[in-house]
Amino acid sequence: MLNYIWFGMMAISVVAGIFTGKIDAVTEAAINMSRLAVEISIGLIGIMALWLGIMKIAEASGLIKIIARGLRPITIRLFPDVPEDHPAIGSIVLNMAANMLGLGNAATPLGLKAMAELQELNPQKDTATNAMVMFLAINTSSVQLIVPATVVALMGVAVSQIFITTILATLCSTITAIFMVRMLQKMKRFSVENAS
Amino acid sequence: MIESFVESLNFGSKFIIPLLLVGIPMYALSVRKVKVYEVFVEGAKDGFSIAVRIIPYLVAILVAVGMFRASGALDLLLNFLSPVLVFIGFPPENLPLALMRPLSGSGSLGLLTDLVNQHGADSLTAKIGATMFGSSETTFYVLAVYFGSVSISRSRHALIAGLTADAVGALSAVYFCKLLLT
Repeated sequence: MLNYIWFGMMAISVVAGIFTGKIDAVTEAAINMSRLAVEISIGLIGIMALWLGIMKIAEASGLIKIIARGLRPITIRLFPDVPEDHPAIGSIVLNMAANMLGLGNAATPLGLKAMAELQELNPQKDTATNAMVMFLAINTSSVQLIVPATVVALMGVAVSQIFITTILATLCSTITAIFMVRMLQKMKRFSVENAS
Repeated sequence: MIESFVESLNFGSKFIIPLLLVGIPMYALSVRKVKVYEVFVEGAKDGFSIAVRIIPYLVAILVAVGMFRASGALDLLLNFLSPVLVFIGFPPENLPLALMRPLSGSGSLGLLTDLVNQHGADSLTAKIGATMFGSSETTFYVLAVYFGSVSISRSRHALIAGLTADAVGALSAVYFCKLLLT
């Protein structure tokens, strides 16, 4: 899947770039973005270390287990393959909480911790599990309940009007994500054996 | 009433991180006698390796997205899609943002800024745009970072599910704004 989309995006870009006369910009974008990717990754080190450290404390104190147990009725439906007491559930719940509150800086490290813990349960290390895809889809559909700070700054007083529309739209996209994952994971072409 | 609620929510969210940074170690130290400093350092060690592991995945995705944006392919796609979407009542001014949102966070923020500057924050166009922006995520980036961090290259149905959710999110942003704000 990603093989075709990734190649397709680049191939279309080169063809379109030739047609629109923007081929120089395409080259420049490729070089600049590869640099940006490294800058973003390196920039994550500090914030990752901070939250992973705090999370380790939360884990050692038993806090994560308490949170995971409390929300088990919901998570068991979304992630039936993950054992009840697995630490991944705690990280998933905390990642979603951080996302809902608009704490992007905390959400990413928590999400990556959850991925690492889900990977422990994965028999085929280069292929995503059902639980991982569900977790990712919920993340990409955004479960944010607070309007992002950048939008607040842009919209000024009008921001109070989009508060409810944002929650409703988020709700629709998240429900769609869950529904799609459930439906697609049963299809043969997306099975672990045929994965791409 | 909604104004003050939104204000207090945004105000309250400023305190969450500081409270977590102090509250979690405080609980651990006082209730469980956890050696908080030692445990913190132990956990923080993984920060570097995870961040470095993401690099190749992020390079692959961001380069493709960057090329796509720079080539004008997005505009071609726009021309191709707009007759269909206008037919179902999708406002053409919001279409670039809807297409950009899953590809690039900074790109879509730039487009939203344009919408607000051109039409004013009080316009329906800006409100639809802001709703779209707030109700979805940069799908390609999240995919690269999350799967990259555990070295997964076979993502199965994750992208399709994510993009479908983005499309439904954009459509429902239009629908709810038209329904509730006009």
